[in-house]
Amino acid sequence: MKPARLQRLLGLSLAAALAATAGCSGGSSGITTGGGGSGSTTTNMQAFTVNTGPAAASPYVNGAFTSVTVCAPGSTTNCQTIGGILLDTGSSGLRILSSALTISPTQQTRGNGVLIAECLPFVDGFTWGPVQTVDMTIAGEQAKSLPIQVINGSFSTIPNSCSSNGAPENDLSSLGANGILGIGSFPEDCGGGCTESGAGNPGLYYACTGANCEVTTESLSSQLQNPIILFPTDNNGVIFQLDSVSGAQTSVSGSLIFGIGTQSNNGLGSATVYGLDPELGNFTTMFNGQTYSDLAFLDTGSNAIYFLGSNTVNIPTCTDVTFWYCPTTTQNLTATNQAFDGGASGPVDFVVGNADTLTTNENDAAVNGLAGPSSEPSMFAFDWGLPFFFGRKVYTSIEGQNTPAGTGPYVAY
Amino acid sequence: MNRRIPRGLLALLLFPLPACASLGGDVTTVQADQVKMQGSLRTTSNNSYTLHEIQTSAGVAVKEYVSTSGKVFAVTWQGPFHPDLRQLLGTYFDAFTQAEQAQRAQRRGRGPVQIQQPGLVVQVAGHMRAFLGKAYVPQMLPAGVRAEDIR
Repeated sequence: MKPARLQRLLGLSLAAALAATAGCSGGSSGITTGGGGSGSTTTNMQAFTVNTGPAAASPYVNGAFTSVTVCAPGSTTNCQTIGGILLDTGSSGLRILSSALTISPTQQTRGNGVLIAECLPFVDGFTWGPVQTVDMTIAGEQAKSLPIQVINGSFSTIPNSCSSNGAPENDLSSLGANGILGIGSFPEDCGGGCTESGAGNPGLYYACTGANCEVTTESLSSQLQNPIILFPTDNNGVIFQLDSVSGAQTSVSGSLIFGIGTQSNNGLGSATVYGLDPELGNFTTMFNGQTYSDLAFLDTGSNAIYFLGSNTVNIPTCTDVTFWYCPTTTQNLTATNQAFDGGASGPVDFVVGNADTLTTNENDAAVNGLAGPSSEPSMFAFDWGLPFFFGRKVYTSIEGQNTPAGTGPYVAY
Repeated sequence: MNRRIPRGLLALLLFPLPACASLGGDVTTVQADQVKMQGSLRTTSNNSYTLHEIQTSAGVAVKEYVSTSGKVFAVTWQGPFHPDLRQLLGTYFDAFTQAEQAQRAQRRGRGPVQIQQPGLVVQVAGHMRAFLGKAYVPQMLPAGVRAEDIR
């Protein structure tokens, strides 16, 4: 049994026995939503493009970029449309580089002169900056009073407990984008842990006075929200639809469609629904006779399919980089994805090409076949990054939100 | 619903035992990791190493592998957040961060960390709320211990 699972079981049993005295805060986001088919006619489609992104010096490969409009809360004139925003189904919340912002959002505060900031751990580092509020518009959808992170490595002083997450990603070159729009499975970025005081708090939110920042509690509704849940309608999830790609191309177009089963253009149709572990946001992938239970996820924010390891799949990594595969001939592989609860399952065909060859031309931003190791031996993961989405229409429902296929979180395609 | 762990109560289940040090460090130095992470600790041994398992109050499972000579040769973590990697990786933290930054630039995008240096291997995978990590010093693996034993 994995530690996390054991811990959850322990937690559940203890929680049941001790809920009366534990002082547990509620897990509700405070946002409720109706089911699908409301007949809304809000414009719910936003175009995006897989291109090299806004960081000219470090052209992105396999990043999906779009633009959002942000306004000072309540304003219709103090507004700005920002392009080069990376779409990320692997996180939740809108984060924008301070250097890309020209408007002045409203700073989240706690009493006199105490400013709230956030340190968000990503797999490969962290972003740091104040939590501020905007009204965000994308297509015809609006998230009012949306808490966002304004990424700024110069804000106050980055606490040691934040920089201990690894590499900072607080500027254009390290982020590779003007911002990240997290539209993943969770309604907020941290969750219940950040509402707790004391040692149980993972330390994502900080109260800053001058150059001094201390870990603070942050209510679920004050945390960075998945913007979708704040939409008046079409707020139960999103469809990420992307044209197919053969080999390496300069760009490819896609559409974000907000809502699942809320309008005529976002029904599930014949898509297979894969329920996710509501705690981890993962499902199961089976490959070469092995089952990687609760270790797989779909993530537009990963720029390749990162799976298992070189010895396990018998594909060499590249000689110049350790993080991509370089088979001598293109490998056509098949895995099987399965719902977290063991229900629905279906095969996935995918391609592993030679990354050195595929990335020779830095102008080629859309690369099918880009793949690499995730972790081996012994701690495996199946990170279905952007190439998984080529030629697919993928639904991501949000934890706790109702849809015609039941309550999230799930993915479907 | 509340699906977090009642952490203060988990603390009641602790076995207060000697703790670990950072990667490459000495087990006898401090109980620093356990104290820093405010976690519970479980210790098991075999002929090659002692495994110290820390469950942090924030829900991260940390394992530290200590050789019979008392050196931490490997660490792993799994949970909704990273543990304090400066504490856990010790003198290797700066090398880790620099390699992570270099890889980020080479990758021209975002993805899991895969550092394979002669003196340091670090792998970090996952996504927001679900991370896996592993670090070891190849030269410090005790005889008979393979990389795949570190899990």
